Amino acid sequence: MKTFALLLVTILATPLAARIITVAPGAGAQEALQTALIEAQPGDTVRLAAGRFALVDGVSLDVEGVIVRGAGPGKTILDFTGQKGEGEGLLITSNNVVIRDLAVENAKGNGIKSKGSDGISFVNLRVEWTGGPKATNGAYGVYPVSSKHVLIDKVYVKGASDAGIYVGQSKQIIVRNSTAEGNVAGIEIENSYDADVHHNVATGNTGGLLVSDLPDLPQQGGHTIRLFQNRIIANNHPNFAAPGNIVASVPSGTGVMVMANRDVHVFDNDIKDNAGNGVMIVAYQSKFTDKNYNPLARAIAVHGNRYAGNGGKPAFPGGAEIAGAMGGALPPVMWDGVIGYAPPTGGERAADGGVAIGDGPAFTLNLGMQGVPATSARPAPLPAATRLPPLPPRIVLPAAQEARAAR
Amino acid sequence: MKRLVVAALLALGAAPAPKVDAARLLATEAAPKLSDYGLFADTQGRVPATGVTLYTLNTPLFSDYAEKFRYVWLPPGKPAAYTATGVLEFPVGAVIVKTFAYPADFRAPDKDVRLIETRLLVRRATGWVPLSYVWNAAGTDAVLQRAGVRLPVQFIDAKGTSRSLDYAVPNTNQCKQCHQQGTAATPIGPTAANMNDGAQLQRLAAAGQLTGLPATPPRLARWDDTAEPVAARARAYLEVNCGHCHSRAGFASNSGLYLQADEAMPAHQGINKRPVAAGRGSGGLNFSILPGQPDASILLHRMQSSEPGVMMPQFGRTVPHDEGVALVRAYIESLPAS
Repeated sequence: MKTFALLLVTILATPLAARIITVAPGAGAQEALQTALIEAQPGDTVRLAAGRFALVDGVSLDVEGVIVRGAGPGKTILDFTGQKGEGEGLLITSNNVVIRDLAVENAKGNGIKSKGSDGISFVNLRVEWTGGPKATNGAYGVYPVSSKHVLIDKVYVKGASDAGIYVGQSKQIIVRNSTAEGNVAGIEIENSYDADVHHNVATGNTGGLLVSDLPDLPQQGGHTIRLFQNRIIANNHPNFAAPGNIVASVPSGTGVMVMANRDVHVFDNDIKDNAGNGVMIVAYQSKFTDKNYNPLARAIAVHGNRYAGNGGKPAFPGGAEIAGAMGGALPPVMWDGVIGYAPPTGGERAADGGVAIGDGPAFTLNLGMQGVPATSARPAPLPAATRLPPLPPRIVLPAAQEARAAR
Repeated sequence: MKRLVVAALLALGAAPAPKVDAARLLATEAAPKLSDYGLFADTQGRVPATGVTLYTLNTPLFSDYAEKFRYVWLPPGKPAAYTATGVLEFPVGAVIVKTFAYPADFRAPDKDVRLIETRLLVRRATGWVPLSYVWNAAGTDAVLQRAGVRLPVQFIDAKGTSRSLDYAVPNTNQCKQCHQQGTAATPIGPTAANMNDGAQLQRLAAAGQLTGLPATPPRLARWDDTAEPVAARARAYLEVNCGHCHSRAGFASNSGLYLQADEAMPAHQGINKRPVAAGRGSGGLNFSILPGQPDASILLHRMQSSEPGVMMPQFGRTVPHDEGVALVRAYIESLPAS
């Protein structure tokens, strides 16, 4: 009886007529693809045949529960070289969607974006600007924003003029088994809660992995983020982001940067050959008027990482002098030593939770208050922490989402 | 007698008064042709059917210089209800109609007018549904177009300059991208404030098509009325052209840039606000609006651009709106440096 009930549930949960809609490249592919994405019903798969889809406008999906599947990231290519309109190559605004096994090339804006999607999976994708790193490339490769239950798995992004993989204002996030190469920021988690970033490779970017938080946004106060078992190697590319954006302030040679978040754990990573800071922990430095914003990095733990060859040629102002004073190379972990800030409402507030470095060696700039310029640094070694804050729990996405993404 | 009536009608050049097909509007399946709804008395889509009311807005959305004709039809006996903010509350069955057209020469705007598309927003029981119909080359009917299309358009502008552009009919998802607030689609234009020209709302109320109209409803400035303050005009322009996405419930909610004319927080208006996810769209500038310095303001930079990934709005135009740019430039110039 129980078996029967289960069976019934399975049948009811499966759309009665889940279809496979196949779209092939060639003349009329723009309209055929967009039509398929509009007419798909929940449960359907839109299958993109192998070949190059020459698209002149961004395409979008707003139907729940659809799988968009190509023949592989080397075979099905959405080519936006001739794009005339829209801010994205591919945009998803519905829940429980899987985008997999395809490539997006040369999008004029962002590669693939999801906005407000609950249960969005990006699997086995390539997003690339094929002319290599350039300031004229699009901003973000894979870009979920204001989304929940985000899975990014086996994604390769190259050439983004901002962040290769950028998760903004989202919750319950896993970024794994992915590679970001030749972007300004490799992988960036911004204004987000509960993220696991693991088993990724970030190499040849300006900065490898970034965790940041900005004021004046609907979701802020980024927290509970774990970066582990990643390979963060030789992120020494000159910064080619448009000035003004937060990643434009990332010094070339940065392995990991954590800014204005709480409960961020960086552990068990290989962090090698980054010419600046292996790990940099900093406050948000600009003036702000948002009274709810906390600009400090707090309750940050760095432990059990393997460092080699970092800090030999720091690009940030004053970096070479500090390196010289510390024996020729920067110690792998740097904290700006900002422990307090003056909120716009007046008074002073201190960090609620310190910075604990379990590996290192580490040093602090001892800046003290938010907004004090780095030229006022009083660098000093930072002793290893004897106690680390507790590790946040593992992120577990809904089993149904993992199952859909695995198919 | 009958023959006489027919002859009289023929003499007047008029067919029997058509009726809007209310049932067709509410059917789940969209009609393949615009004419199926009976919204127009002529096949050319220029003469509204009985009960289809032309209306205007103080400040319209810029759409590549297209002329726009706006109509509303309400089911008999079902008026719209006044709301002080947001769009009027339209009854189920209502349809809002907008035709996009180009005269061959804007110096003679009534001659040789080519209709491009007619967009409908139909209020069904489940919510507002966007539909777009593209006119055929002969201009005799328009057909449903869900996936969007680009159409070459040529015209001579108001200054006498010949222009051509690659007009983009939006796809259904793009319709929703602009019209979605929170989880539901909604019209954008017909708010009491934007329809308040001093007479139009009162006319609708007198005709029994609008209830609850107060004596002095709010009013959105006309963007092109130089008698009004620059800030009011510019903020009206930004609300209409940007505020549908740049709102707390809109597609660009994550930007923190909220361009409603009544937004109180300077940072959310863009004043001294740093970019968030603009990427290269920032053009290397540090603030959305830097008071007194339009050329250092991202907002103006993106209005002036026609490059995807940089330009704002992201779609709905392919060329910059020179007059709108000039207005926002004057507004930013007028803001005192902080």
